[in-house]
Amino acid sequence: MIINHPLLGPRDAQEFVYLGDASLIGRPDGMTEGAVDAFHDYLYLRDNPAGEHRELWYHEQGDRSWLVVTRNTVTHEVVSVEIARDVARKMGRSK
Amino acid sequence: MTQIRRISGGRIDRSKTLNFTFDGKAYSGHPGDTLASALLANGVQLMGRSFKYHRPRGPIASGSEEPNALVELRNGARQEPNTRATVAELFEGLEAKSQNRWPSLSFDAMSINDRLSSFLTAGFYYKTFMWPASLWEKLYEPLIRHAAGLGSLSKQDDPDSYDKGFLHCDLLVIGAGPSGLAAALTAGRAGARVILADEDFTFGGRLNAETLAIGSDSGADWAVKTAAELVTLPNVRLMSRTTILGAFDHGIYSAVERVSDHLAVPMDGKPRQILWRIYSKRAILTAGAIERPIAFENNDRPGIMLAGALRAYANRWGVAVGDRLAVFTNNDDGVRSALDLQAKGINVEALIDTRANAATVNGLRHIRGGEVVNSSGRLGLTSITVRMANGGTDIIPVNALGVSGGWNPNLNIASHQRGRPVWDDAIAAFVPGADGPAGLSAAGAASGAFSTHAALQTGTMEAVKALAALGIAAKPIEIPKAEDAPVSITPIWYVRSGKGRAWIDQQNDVTVKDVKLAHQENFRSVEHLKRYTTLGMATDQGKTSNILGLAIMAELTGKPIPDTGTTIYRPPYTPVAMGALGGRSRGEHFKPTRLTPSHKWATEQGAIFVEVGMWLRTQWVPKPGETTWRQSVDREVSATRQSVGICDVTTLGKIDIQGTDAGLFLDRVYANTFSTLGFGKVRYGLMLREDGIVMDDGTTARLGEHEYVMTTTTANAVPVFRHLEYCRQVLWPDLDVQLISTTEAWAQYSVAGPNARKLLEKLVDQDISNEAFPYMACGEISVCGGLRARLFRISFSGELAYEIAVPTRYGDAMIRALVEAGQEFDAVVYGTEALGVMRVEKGHVAGNELNGQSTALNMGLGKMVSKKKDSIGMVLSQREGLNQDDGLRLVGVKPVDPSKLLTAGSHFIAHGKSTVAAHDDGWLTSVVFSPNLGHSIALGYLKNGSARLGERIRTINLLAKTEVEVEIVSPHFIDPEGERLRA
Repeated sequence: MIINHPLLGPRDAQEFVYLGDASLIGRPDGMTEGAVDAFHDYLYLRDNPAGEHRELWYHEQGDRSWLVVTRNTVTHEVVSVEIARDVARKMGRSK
Repeated sequence: MTQIRRISGGRIDRSKTLNFTFDGKAYSGHPGDTLASALLANGVQLMGRSFKYHRPRGPIASGSEEPNALVELRNGARQEPNTRATVAELFEGLEAKSQNRWPSLSFDAMSINDRLSSFLTAGFYYKTFMWPASLWEKLYEPLIRHAAGLGSLSKQDDPDSYDKGFLHCDLLVIGAGPSGLAAALTAGRAGARVILADEDFTFGGRLNAETLAIGSDSGADWAVKTAAELVTLPNVRLMSRTTILGAFDHGIYSAVERVSDHLAVPMDGKPRQILWRIYSKRAILTAGAIERPIAFENNDRPGIMLAGALRAYANRWGVAVGDRLAVFTNNDDGVRSALDLQAKGINVEALIDTRANAATVNGLRHIRGGEVVNSSGRLGLTSITVRMANGGTDIIPVNALGVSGGWNPNLNIASHQRGRPVWDDAIAAFVPGADGPAGLSAAGAASGAFSTHAALQTGTMEAVKALAALGIAAKPIEIPKAEDAPVSITPIWYVRSGKGRAWIDQQNDVTVKDVKLAHQENFRSVEHLKRYTTLGMATDQGKTSNILGLAIMAELTGKPIPDTGTTIYRPPYTPVAMGALGGRSRGEHFKPTRLTPSHKWATEQGAIFVEVGMWLRTQWVPKPGETTWRQSVDREVSATRQSVGICDVTTLGKIDIQGTDAGLFLDRVYANTFSTLGFGKVRYGLMLREDGIVMDDGTTARLGEHEYVMTTTTANAVPVFRHLEYCRQVLWPDLDVQLISTTEAWAQYSVAGPNARKLLEKLVDQDISNEAFPYMACGEISVCGGLRARLFRISFSGELAYEIAVPTRYGDAMIRALVEAGQEFDAVVYGTEALGVMRVEKGHVAGNELNGQSTALNMGLGKMVSKKKDSIGMVLSQREGLNQDDGLRLVGVKPVDPSKLLTAGSHFIAHGKSTVAAHDDGWLTSVVFSPNLGHSIALGYLKNGSARLGERIRTINLLAKTEVEVEIVSPHFIDPEGERLRA
């Protein structure tokens, strides 16, 4: 597999470590009411689509970027690759 | 022995003779021969015994699809089983042996199986060895294992080396026949980066086995000329002896190059084979086609071959497999085989053509509408029985028969990503479908374009198309004149005659009857057919047999072939040696080895090392006279507790954390608080996973307002760093915090024991008195008159202790300086065993307790999880299920009888309870012998443990067969008040 790193160009998937669903970016606030339920859903409820899936990959043998890779789970086609920090900021995450 | 079957012509070098042996008998051949062609030239047709029935077998093919002629090559450590004689290049001194026979190839005692064949049909194992189950392990499995398998291993280390390599190209061309050469030439001339790979040792593919002309040259000469031009192009890499094994995602292909298989011993510095990973932008499959047989009774005798193989042996290798031949065909290519063989001066006794309406062939006995219904001959073919169109039969004495049931495009690679082949009625064969690997197209015979002209034409055009997709304009080569005969075939899969066995898959002894039985027993899908009959398994993966079996099943079910299903292939295309897959990663190079800065010193001291992840750490350092490890470890522990000990702790992960938000960041990733830590202070930190389980622990020091140094456990250094980057980039992208791993930048030593300060005072330039540098202090200091260093007053052993870090390049000098300075205190250097003993004595958790299943509460550290701030794992650590009163708690354990030794992994079972899982109260995580207490001690997780101090309970280990009564005590065996470490 090849992942087209936004900064470094095409890199072999062996350089990366896979984490999982990119929905992990949306971590709930632990100090709010009902945090246990929110964290339960956040941590344990995942979609398992046959098709496009957004997922977090880490370029461990490279520049240490966390990436959001959109991959088709049926064909393994990599549809897009984004810097996870940019995605997180777009989702409103900050400090 | 003379080469009695050698005839004129062929692409072998007759000026040189190569001597070789087969089953101890001497033969000769020529450069350009394969083992099979050379044996056939010497009149040897019998090369092996079949897997199940031990039937005598010879080769049926001339290439890598060969199911029968599997031999053992070489001897000693280089002995290599199950090598196909048809692709083994002959070299001087080659030793080959037949397999699966005893005592000899011509007389094989196990051929008794052949007489028992009515019992050994499809599904035999499933039906016979099912009952009683108790006999499986003792009787059936050993019996089957003994009978199974073909070759044997040398059981010695492989003396050769294997490499791995990486290649990149615009266009990968798989197969160097006419279409592959045309494609490579088209792309090469256009300047594209091209790799042309072929499993053969020479380029040209079938052109070398044919008499067909291309332009004014013979096909073989055209191949030589084309390859010669390609060699001059710097953008083209020609790879002979290279098999493309598989197609993977995104244009990646694997290949094995047999660099030295054709030599007795690899040349100096050369590997035996190279496993290549090829990154291609586009690829063209030009792997040709594989002929398929027609099944008839006793069609497996040595001498009966695929017609195209018979033709190849004659044309390419100058070998007449027999001196009286016949050809059995259902298509025009079989007719070509008969004519080619006759043109070579071989007696073609008959051309048996199943097509009653076939155009008459003059000059030989053309039996139209006939079928071969049987054969005779004990160890080789002596005659065939032919049924004429009028129903009469004729027995024709022949010693070789070519069979052609048509050709199957070699689409193997195109189906590696579940690409489904599609049926083409015009050629009565499957061709690659449109759903093959992205970027791969097929040309030539592999795409069903069988004529030479069509091969050249499609190869050229597919190359133009592939390059156009990459934005490279390529001009098609001028297609030379070549034959363009249409395919004429009337499919027939097996001859309906006789009660005997007609073989489909000769490697696995699968017959037409077996397919019928599978059908009768409702194993009708292609996948079931394969598993039930073993059709298409083993080294050849059914390259000559799968379609035949499928077509017969289609007939039995009354459905057309495409509706019956298709078989698809998986990598590897041909068997690969484990050595090639392993490459250099074997023995001590299986994984990288990381050495600490004191390694050289420790080696000089005769230290015993232990693998900790990739690191080698000193486990203990034996002194003269010590005969057991315990003696060394007990001495190291005692000396440390009595005076001072030194230990290399470089392997612990070190992460520098800086930025204005560094404190906030640490509060988020640690369960406890770090933003309040004073400058020049160290704190123990507990890191949770988001699910509330403990991930790692360690100390973190605050060197300045915005500067921290975190330590992790050795095992988790990499995962923790990854996790911190995740938190920093993904969860809180705007925190001002920077990370860098400094594990390898600092050599770090623990100095522990009552005399630790006195020892360090000799080396440290600053005041480190208890007042100036109290417990849990840290700071940037200098040693030995100015070398920058970091000092941390932390203790894992429970003693007065420091960790001192110097830049790695001074690590060797530092250990020597510490040992020298320690001489007056009788300082010891201790290893990981003594470290473990002292941390258990002190009740500190380590890897055995941080087992990925335990919470802070389990470890007795529940109060460390601050609920005043949000941190990773804080919320879910409060889940009800993790907070039960009877949950596991860390306890200390000592035997009631101090002379008893505890066993790690033993489970707690209360007195009077039976030893079953329902009564399991927890287990011993860490067990050591404490030289200070004089008995075995342990840490363990016990249900409701903190309320059970003083209780007596049994620890039972059913594997070690031990049972010891113990008392539950506090995990702090030594200095529970912590007076020593504050001294």
